[in-house]
Amino acid sequence: MSFGVLIAALINLNGSGHYLHWGFVQISVANLVVILLMIAVFVLAILLPFPRRKGRDR
Amino acid sequence: MSLDITTERDASSSEESRQWTARVRNAAATAFPPDRLLPDRQPAYMASWIYVFGVLTVVSLAWVIITGCVLAVMGPSWWHVSGLGHFVNSLHLWSVEFFFFFMVIHLWGKFFMAAWRGNRKLTWATGVVSFVASIAAAFTGYLSQANFDSQWISTQAKDGINSTGAGAFWNVLNFGQMLMWHIVLLPIAVVIIAGLHVLMVRRRGIVPPFDIEPKDHGDTPSAAEPSE
Amino acid sequence: MSPRKAKRFNPDRDVREWNGAYRPYDILKEAFVALVAVGVLIVLLAVVFSSPDEPAVTLKSWSTSDPVDFAQTAVTELDGTSPLATYGPPYNSTPDVTQHIGFFEPAQWIGVHQPINTAQDFVIGPLRSLSNQPLVQRALDTYDSSTPTQQSAWTTAYEKAVANATDVHGRLQVPHAQSGPVGVIIGSLTTMAQNGGLDGTLLSQGQFYNTNYTKPLLFIANGSYLNNLAGAQHLQGTQWGMMNETGNYPGQAWLWLYTMWYQVPPMKTSTNADLEVWAIMMALTVVLILLPFIPVLRSIPRWSRVYRLIWRQHYRSLA
Repeated sequence: MSFGVLIAALINLNGSGHYLHWGFVQISVANLVVILLMIAVFVLAILLPFPRRKGRDR
Repeated sequence: MSLDITTERDASSSEESRQWTARVRNAAATAFPPDRLLPDRQPAYMASWIYVFGVLTVVSLAWVIITGCVLAVMGPSWWHVSGLGHFVNSLHLWSVEFFFFFMVIHLWGKFFMAAWRGNRKLTWATGVVSFVASIAAAFTGYLSQANFDSQWISTQAKDGINSTGAGAFWNVLNFGQMLMWHIVLLPIAVVIIAGLHVLMVRRRGIVPPFDIEPKDHGDTPSAAEPSE
Repeated sequence: MSPRKAKRFNPDRDVREWNGAYRPYDILKEAFVALVAVGVLIVLLAVVFSSPDEPAVTLKSWSTSDPVDFAQTAVTELDGTSPLATYGPPYNSTPDVTQHIGFFEPAQWIGVHQPINTAQDFVIGPLRSLSNQPLVQRALDTYDSSTPTQQSAWTTAYEKAVANATDVHGRLQVPHAQSGPVGVIIGSLTTMAQNGGLDGTLLSQGQFYNTNYTKPLLFIANGSYLNNLAGAQHLQGTQWGMMNETGNYPGQAWLWLYTMWYQVPPMKTSTNADLEVWAIMMALTVVLILLPFIPVLRSIPRWSRVYRLIWRQHYRSLA
């Protein structure tokens, strides 16, 4: 099906994975990126100002 | 506690008030009057982006289910033989990744807000249980891929599950059984538990902030509810 | 509104009813915007990264790629020394092998409910199903009619020989040994696997429709081939594999705590590691559910003061 040919991955994540070793911890770069992203998003969610509408309360 | 209008109208009928139907309806209407079930306002302290992660988790679950339904239309082998099927599988995988991504951030936020305060322990508990149920659903999803990953995960996980004795009946090597748990039983469980969780949030409202100024407190703690 | 009973106010358990201001908040619109935004993100990632699909290993692909490993595994299934043959419940009744914590030994209590006889199910039964193979049937007859001692002597001799076997263009070459009919048996099974017949026979179990892959999966898992493929993909237990996905895809980061226990003593070297880790994780899950009741732990949010950032607009409005 031609759709399958068109929709191939733009970035190929197959192939041998990259792993980091730190003491007894082994973690994939992919998982580390996800975890760091989660922490970053959490911090941003707390720090970024939340829009307020004027004349809001009742 | 608000009185519901329905009981006022029907109070004269002792026969109806004994009915299961009437009693369930009245209990539901008391617990969830329309403006509590679908409120159009929130406490002014709800002013942080951390509050959107609950709804982000729910919509991610919606995408997991929608993409899962598309995969179900064509069956579990489709994505191995069709480019379109593989794309839908990719949508399903990434919606699961987002589901857990947002759910964990939501958990962190609720922990740091101590969101169990004020009679919200059941809200917290249903949240944790839906997390655990989601892990089980994701696990059976990995088993349903019908590829090398499924083979490895099933033959490894069997040892953990067998050690508890559950492997005698819950056989991770049984593709048919695991697929049916993944597409029938666990989605129902996740949706019911997550649904109860959302209903609990509506019932109790969003937890108020910690006090930060010493006040002359009375000895009457109570659950915070929106004043009507 | 009066409380049911007067309790001392505990800031980690209780709140005061909110009597302050409310703001308009359109939750359905928020949900719709979120649905669209997340949908766009999902499509984006699916287009950019797709999803992994490493093809499954079959008995055919295994025996073709590594006939020596296949034969080495097959003979241990025949003589009952394979990891599966000595697994215990739920597959068989091997004594004193189930995991336990003290007296708690649930797998033993529940017993055998997925019975597997490796010699019969993986070797003899499939070969018996072959027709027009008189040599194979005679070898099986010879094996079946011999004493257990004789059978053991043959399989032991074969195991020693097959350790030095070679793979010549996919054909198994085993040095000569006093292995009686076992050489023909294992050689025939290897050929049957390489022809694809063993996959079908092990799966179907005499039924037309079968979705239970227990037997072919357990046979494959007993060999080194699948394990080596997994090791190359960092999926083994000692590699924190439970968290990982094939290739460079993100896996299951949320399983970090589950797999971590396997890497630390005493679970790292314990024969009861699986049950011990399950027990730890069940206990921690219960702790998480009951966190609202647990002093000290439930005070961490207040002590950490992260809430000062979350509710800073509210606190500013009070000032």
